Amino acid sequence: SAGYDMATGSEMNGSGNLMDFLEESVPEVGMYEDFYTIDWLREKSRDTDRHRKITSRSKESLWERIKGLLDAWSGWVVMLLIGLLAGTLAGVIDLAVDWMTDLKEGVCLAGFWFSHEQCCWTSNETTFEDRDKCPQWKTWSELLVGQPEGASAYILNYLIYVLWALTFSFLGVSLVKMFAPYACGSGIPEIKTILSGFIIRGYLGKWTLLIKTVTLVLAVSSGLSLGKEGPLVHVACCCGNLFCCLFSKYSKNEGKRREVLSAAAAAGVSVAFGAPIGGVLFSLEEVSYYFPLKTLWRSFFAALVAAFTLRSINPFGNSRLVLFYVEYHTPWYMAELVPFILLGVFGGLWGTLFIRGNIAWCRKRKNTKLGRYPVLEVIAVTAITAIFAFPNQYTRQSTSELISELFNDCGALESSQLCDYINDPNMTRPVDDIPDRAAGPGVYAAIWQLALALIFKIVITIFTFGMKMPSGLFIPSMAVGAIAGRMVGIGVEQMAYHHHDWFIFRSWCRPGADCVTPGLYAMVGAAACLGGVTRMTVSLVVIMFELTGGLEYIVPLMAAAVTSKWVADAFGKVGIYEAHIHLNGYPFLDSKDEFRHRTLATDVMRPRRTEPPLSVLTQGSMTVEDVEALIKDTDYNGFPVVVTKESERLIGFVQRRDLIPAIRNARKVQDGVVSNSIVYFTEDPPPLLGNSPCPLKLWRILNLSPFTVTDHTPMETVVDIFRKLGLRQCLVTRSGRLLGILTKKDVLRHMAQMANQDPESIMFN
Amino acid sequence: MAVGTVFMVLYLLVELAVSDSSKSSEDVRCKCICPPYRNLTGHIYNKNVSQKDCNCLHVVEPMPVPGRDVEAYCLLCECKYEERSTTTIKVTIIIYLTVVGALLVYMAFLMIVDPLIRKQDSYIQPLHNEEDTEDTRPFAPSHAQARANTVLERVEGAQQRWKRQVQEQRKTVFDRHKMLS
Repeated sequence: SAGYDMATGSEMNGSGNLMDFLEESVPEVGMYEDFYTIDWLREKSRDTDRHRKITSRSKESLWERIKGLLDAWSGWVVMLLIGLLAGTLAGVIDLAVDWMTDLKEGVCLAGFWFSHEQCCWTSNETTFEDRDKCPQWKTWSELLVGQPEGASAYILNYLIYVLWALTFSFLGVSLVKMFAPYACGSGIPEIKTILSGFIIRGYLGKWTLLIKTVTLVLAVSSGLSLGKEGPLVHVACCCGNLFCCLFSKYSKNEGKRREVLSAAAAAGVSVAFGAPIGGVLFSLEEVSYYFPLKTLWRSFFAALVAAFTLRSINPFGNSRLVLFYVEYHTPWYMAELVPFILLGVFGGLWGTLFIRGNIAWCRKRKNTKLGRYPVLEVIAVTAITAIFAFPNQYTRQSTSELISELFNDCGALESSQLCDYINDPNMTRPVDDIPDRAAGPGVYAAIWQLALALIFKIVITIFTFGMKMPSGLFIPSMAVGAIAGRMVGIGVEQMAYHHHDWFIFRSWCRPGADCVTPGLYAMVGAAACLGGVTRMTVSLVVIMFELTGGLEYIVPLMAAAVTSKWVADAFGKVGIYEAHIHLNGYPFLDSKDEFRHRTLATDVMRPRRTEPPLSVLTQGSMTVEDVEALIKDTDYNGFPVVVTKESERLIGFVQRRDLIPAIRNARKVQDGVVSNSIVYFTEDPPPLLGNSPCPLKLWRILNLSPFTVTDHTPMETVVDIFRKLGLRQCLVTRSGRLLGILTKKDVLRHMAQMANQDPESIMFN
Repeated sequence: MAVGTVFMVLYLLVELAVSDSSKSSEDVRCKCICPPYRNLTGHIYNKNVSQKDCNCLHVVEPMPVPGRDVEAYCLLCECKYEERSTTTIKVTIIIYLTVVGALLVYMAFLMIVDPLIRKQDSYIQPLHNEEDTEDTRPFAPSHAQARANTVLERVEGAQQRWKRQVQEQRKTVFDRHKMLS
């Protein structure tokens, strides 16, 4: 449908800064509409024109040269601003999540804004046994009833935990529903689609940014099994979109804008993981469509600025960027590759299970009555999560803390249940070289609890991802992998300790040596599960080793990532984000898909044999009235222009969004243009005869170089052309005569049909 | 765009001002935890030293073991340099709660107070609405633009437009399930 608001739009735009503050940008003349695909070639040529104009003008005066320099530097300024804002928002989110997660359990008397860890910072305990005590931190039962221990205290704490969780999630979903419905979900599938050339107005707007930031904190704090990495990418892209408006170079050109958005996505991952290089690689591998080398350097700059800003806000109080930054350098041994590969297989299997389960559940949500009660659904899932999570200490704490605990090596000073090994009282080894020890009862109890937590997390995440709240899945996947890895690690460690004379352990593990590090197994497991779900390769390994700071562990991480990708690819070809793109029917032409069928362009083009013939405009024989009737009767995006209807020789292509304002403008401004005027698409129309009305010359809006293929071009080549050039439509000719038209939607439908999917699910125009 | 820049600049300025002026002595420390050794109980030592002096020799005072055992004792101790900014935490949490509170108030206003105001205006509206029956666009009807010069009217218009956009988004996501399902 062509809703043109240019008349009212231009008036609204001229009325002051208050309006700019209050409204989203209004589509201007010739700009794209909502849910349309952009024409990359057109955007590129517009940018080249703009650049040429600036370069030629810069020779005129000093002021023009300065303007030229400013234009060249505008990209870097935008990157700087994006990095600053993304880092700031990530710091705010981290601090708020830290506080609100602990708010479910208790309050700090020294200042209500302190989380549990920050509250304990100020404790003055000096004895070793009391090193975990925190008199300033009071649980809710202590505050309300005065009893720190006991059955009634436990029940009261349980109740208040569930109530807080429900409050947070209800608040979150109400805010999303009321103010910014586009703020729900992860955001990465939609950003992938936007970066491939699709327009979704409002998806990267100011309200979406605000609501996503606020409700992300609420969603994570409510104890739901979701993470904040995917939404942080969305938040960073919103920041990118926000700053594009500063410079017309980016605000008026959708193609250039996507370069900025690619870099902003890199900054988002960078602050989520504290991994700038990993962020750039993630943007390159997962999110972006076209990634020129210039964007690589600028993304790196944005990611670095964002990481630096986050570091200066210092949310975790120790100059680290991520809660689970570990830094140990214990070596690993070749024989350990066997359990690492087993963890990779587990990761692949879990990835397959998760993708299938989640897509089935989301499809149910989309098609049945379940989708009509989003708020109730969120509340129900939160209630179930909170009720089952509280009794198990490993699910009660926030997932980031769980991962941090699992990644950590057990030094002599750790007092957690997982580190309850039987210590040799005469041992005098330094902190990071403690030999393998027998597991105490605490470790066995921990393993049971961890197994239960694993099953719980596997099940609940399938139902949580995709709810109408901001939800990411990096952290839950890593948690599942870390739990599995740690259990395997403890198993191998105990086997090595009790049976160090077996053949497999004899060569590398002597009694009294520190052979096995369960924390490393947890890391490898986390990488395997994350790789199985998202099918990331290089970016995953780089993120994991930037998280750990240990280059020694690249080989185990790679082994696990590769194995999990192979196993997962054996069961299903696509990762979770592509699966969601297929589910929603976004018009995304995946560059990783391979098209191997032997169809030709003539099989796919429109019009088919049963359809009415192609609507074309002629070079000089149609009146204004005819053209207007054609525009009104059809809703095509553009019309080919031929010499005459009989010869069908192609001249060019004219876009609807250029035609309508041109005709409207001509009627208003030019005298003598009436309904009977002939429309000419030539440079020199024939001279006027007698009292015939003034002709309407539309030479300027005609695109003289539309892309054409012949009817016998194989579809493989056509798909390649669409992918590499970012075309929106392509004309099909035979012996120089126009035969039909192929649009991107037709190509996508054809690919879906060939892959036995439902071609009618491809949506939009 | 102005909003984002203004917010960010304000926040960073507040951070810098606050963090430079008052770094209270509680916010920086070197913490050494020493486990039990032979017949000594474990102990925790805190001291406000710089990062390069954050090791067992500078922080553990008075040293509980004689000179030749110091090295063995110190190998067991774990020293960490910790730094935090309480004012950052306080400012951030308070800003966040303010924003959530403001959104809640606005939500209450939109859900409760606004329909009441609209009901009063609806007696005047029907006359205008009959003239432009086809107009379903999110822009105010053209004859009303002549009046749209005062700031209040413009804010009204912008708010109406925004409400319609959110309504459209809500229909796409929640009702028709076309996106984000």
